[in-house]
Amino acid sequence: MVEARQDGDDCLLEVRDLTKIFGEFRANDGIDLKINSSEIHALLGENGAGKSTLVKMLFGSLEPSGGQIYWKGDPVEIRSPGQARALGIGMVFQHFSLFEALTVAENIALSMDNDVPIEKLAEQAEKLSREYGLPLDPNAHVADLSVGERQRIEIVRTLLQNPELIILDEPTSVLTPQEADKLFETLEKIRSEGRSVLYISHRLEEVKRLCDRATVLRHGKVTGACDPGQETAASLARMMVGSEVKAVTHHAGAAGDEVLLKTTGLSAPARTPFAVAIKNISLSVKKGEIIGIAGVAGNGQSELFEMLSGEFLASDANAVAISGKPVGKLDISGRRLLGAAFVPEERHGHAAVSQMSLSDNMILARHRSDAKVFLEGGPLKIINRGAVKKAAQRIIEDMDVRKSGDDPQASSLSGGNLQKYIVGRELDRQPAVMIVNQPTWGVDAGAASRIRQALIDLAENGSAVVIISQDLDEIFEVATKIAVINEGTLTEAEPAANMTLERIGLLMGGIHGEDHGSEASHAH
Amino acid sequence: MRIELERRRQQSPLFSIFSPFLALLLTVLAGVIIFWMLGKNPFSALYSFFVEPLTETWSLHELTIKAAPLIIIAVGLSVCFRSNNWNIGAEGQFIMGAIAGSILPVLLPNLQGYYVLPLMVVMGMLGGAAYAAIPALLKTRFNTNEILSSLMLVYVAQLFLDWLVRGAWRNPEGFNFPETREFHDYAILPEIVPSSGPTNYGFVFAIIVTLLTWFMMRHMLKGFEVSVLGQSTRAGRFAGFSNSKMVFFAFLFSGALAGLAGISEVSGAIERLQPVISPGYGFTAIIVAFLGRLNPLGIFAAGLVLALTYLGGEAAQISIGLPDKIADVFQGLLLFFVLGCDTLINYRVKFVFDRTVKEGGVS
Repeated sequence: MVEARQDGDDCLLEVRDLTKIFGEFRANDGIDLKINSSEIHALLGENGAGKSTLVKMLFGSLEPSGGQIYWKGDPVEIRSPGQARALGIGMVFQHFSLFEALTVAENIALSMDNDVPIEKLAEQAEKLSREYGLPLDPNAHVADLSVGERQRIEIVRTLLQNPELIILDEPTSVLTPQEADKLFETLEKIRSEGRSVLYISHRLEEVKRLCDRATVLRHGKVTGACDPGQETAASLARMMVGSEVKAVTHHAGAAGDEVLLKTTGLSAPARTPFAVAIKNISLSVKKGEIIGIAGVAGNGQSELFEMLSGEFLASDANAVAISGKPVGKLDISGRRLLGAAFVPEERHGHAAVSQMSLSDNMILARHRSDAKVFLEGGPLKIINRGAVKKAAQRIIEDMDVRKSGDDPQASSLSGGNLQKYIVGRELDRQPAVMIVNQPTWGVDAGAASRIRQALIDLAENGSAVVIISQDLDEIFEVATKIAVINEGTLTEAEPAANMTLERIGLLMGGIHGEDHGSEASHAH
Repeated sequence: MRIELERRRQQSPLFSIFSPFLALLLTVLAGVIIFWMLGKNPFSALYSFFVEPLTETWSLHELTIKAAPLIIIAVGLSVCFRSNNWNIGAEGQFIMGAIAGSILPVLLPNLQGYYVLPLMVVMGMLGGAAYAAIPALLKTRFNTNEILSSLMLVYVAQLFLDWLVRGAWRNPEGFNFPETREFHDYAILPEIVPSSGPTNYGFVFAIIVTLLTWFMMRHMLKGFEVSVLGQSTRAGRFAGFSNSKMVFFAFLFSGALAGLAGISEVSGAIERLQPVISPGYGFTAIIVAFLGRLNPLGIFAAGLVLALTYLGGEAAQISIGLPDKIADVFQGLLLFFVLGCDTLINYRVKFVFDRTVKEGGVS
C-alpha cells in the first residue's frame, strides 16, 4: 500500500509554526505539517488535542494567531471557506453543516460556489454518490436522514467540487466495515488521481492501513510524525494519548435468568415519509447481558431507540416491558422511574442542551428519577442547585470529564468529554436497564475505552444493557449477544462467540429489499 | 466586497448587560438628529420628552399607570418567548380580558359588594387566557403559525369590542355615545395612596407578577422546562416534557397576564368600556420584553422606560408642538437598536475584500 515517495518538490500544503490562541489557551502551538501531493496524510490526536482547530485554520473558518500556510510553495492567507475552496481545499466536517429543512440537493447547491441548476446538480450528485458507493436520494429532506446518511451528503458535496486536497474529519465513525472499505477505495482512487487527503481519525487500524504518513498532535503540539505502516496500533496510541490505552476487560458476569427488558412484536409506522418503520421487533435482555445491535445507518436504529425510551409511545402497552411491567404506553419519565436509563445518539440538542450548563443538563435527564434530592418545595418543584451541582461534580470526577471553568456550558466540552458526562449521568443512577445509541460516536480512543468499560461493569453488576452501534469493533468488544437491525426488522440475538464480521455483514445485506440489493450489487 | 456576520466564539458578558443601555443611548442620539432636522432645539425637546414627565408627582403617577399594563403583559410574553412560542396577539388578549372582566359591572350593575372586584380580576385573566388558547390550539392541532393567527385575532378582538360598546353593551342612559355604563364603586380598582395621586393597584399587580415570574423562571422546574423546550424540543422530549402542553402553558400564561392587564386598565383607569381601551400596550409590551432581555426584573425597568415614551409623546404635543406619533417613532427606534445591539453581541461584522472568491462567483 505504502509507496516510496520523494519529499520536497511535490509539496502541496505546508504549515510552519502555526499557532492559535483563545484567550490564554494555546489550542495550537507552533504546528509544523507538510502534505505532499497524492498522499493520504493522517492527523491523529485525542479529542481536545487541537485537530479541529488546525483544520479550521486550513479551511479558513478560523484565523491563525501566528505562523504561515503555504499552498504549492506560495504563502497564502485563507480568510474564508470560499477562498479555501477556490484554492482547491475541500472539507468534510465531523459536525455536519446541513440545513435540516432543505433537501439533499438543496444542501449541496448551497455549498457550491457557481450557479448550476439544481436539477442538474441533483443528477450529478446522485451519479457521483453511486460511483463512490454512498447512495443518496437527492430529494430526501435532511431532517429525516440518519447521521450516516448526512455524512454521505457532506462527502459527496465535497467531492463535487473536485478539490486537490480533501480534509476528512472522522469520516468512518458512522460507516459499516463494508462502507468504510468502499470509502477507502474511493480515497485510494482520489490519491491515484494525484490529489491528497488529510485524514483525521481515532481509528488506529484504519490509519495504519490507509495512510502514507501521519502527524500526531497532543495538547496542541506535534508529538510525532511517522509512517503508520511501520508502527503498531499500540505505538500510535501511545503517541496520541501519552500512555497505553487500557484494553477493556470482562469478568465472570452476574448473568441470571431474570429478563429486565423485553419487547414483543414491537411495531411502529414511519412518522415521516423518510423515516423507517419498526416491524415486529422482539428482543429480550436478561440481567448481566449486553445486547449489541449492529446495522447500517438509517435502518431504524433511532426509531427503535425512541420506542424503547418512551419518547414515542407504542400503540400496545405490552409491546415493551421493563422488569416485567408493561410500559408501552408509559412515557420516558415513567420508564426512568422503573430503573431504565437512556443515552441517545445525538449529543447536542437531544441528550444535552448545548447552551445550558452541565448541572442544568443533569436536571434534564434526572428531574423525575431524582426528584427527592433535586427538587424541594412539594408541588412548587423548586430546584435545589446545590444538590444538582454536587451530583454533576461527582460524575465529572467519576468519568474524568475534562472541562474549563466550574460549571461550563455543554457546548464548550469536546465531543468525547460531553459523551463521558452524558453516559456518566445515567450510570450514576445504577440503572437496571441501560439503552445506548452509538455510545462512542466521534469519541477519542481514551474516552471510548472508558465508556465501554463502564457499560461492561454495569452489566456485570446485574443490569441489562442494549448498545445500538455502527461500530462493529465496539460491538464485538462489549456485547455478549449480537443482533442485526435491517430496514426496521431485528434478527434474533445470538451469542457473540458465534458471530463473525462476515456473518454480520451478510445479515446486514442478506435481508435487504430489492431496492438496496440493486445498489449493493452496483457497488461491487 | 461582501459584508458578513460572523458568529463570535464568546459573547462579552459586559456588553450583554450594557446592551439595553447602549440601545437607549443610541435612541436618544437618533432623537437629537430627528428633532434637529425638524427645526426644534434638540436639547429642550429631549428635556420635555424624557425628563419633564419625571419632575412632577402627578406625572410620576401617570408613569406607573402607563407602566403597569406594559410590565404585566411583557412578563407574560417573556415566558412565552423563552419557550419559543411567539404570541404577538397580547393586544387582543388584553381586550378580551377587559371585556370578560367587565361582564359583572356592565350586565349586572346591581350586583355590588367587595367580592365583585376579585371576581372581575379572575374573569379578566380567564378571558385573556381563553382567547390565547385559540392560537395554541391551532398550533398544536394543525401546526398553524402562531405569529399570524395570534396577530390576526387582535383585529377580531378590537372589532368585537367596538361592536359591543356600540350595540349590545351600550349605556342605555348614555345619549347614544359608544360606551358602556360607568363601573360602580365596587368595580373600580382603588388607588394606592389617594391623597398623593391616581396610581392604582395595577402597579402592585405588576410588582407581584414580576417577582413571582422571576422566581418561577429562576428556581422552579417549570421555568427550567420552559427554557429546555425553548432551546430544543427533542431534548425536551428526552427530559419527559411535552411540547404541546408547553405551547398551551405559554399561551395561557401570557394570555392570562394580558387579560389581567386589560381588566386592571379598564377598572383602574378608564372605569368603563369604550371603542379603544389601549394605546397599543400589547404591541409595545413586545419591545418591553426584549428591552428587558426576557428577564422579569429587566422587564420591570424596561416597562418604566417605555411608559415614559407615552408620556413624552403627550408632552411633545403640548410643549414642542409635534404629533404624538413621535412616541411610536421612539418605540420603533428603541426596538431597532435593542435588536441591533443584541445581534452585534453575538456576531461580528466582517468586511470581506476578496478577489479569489469573486472569480469563483459568489455562493
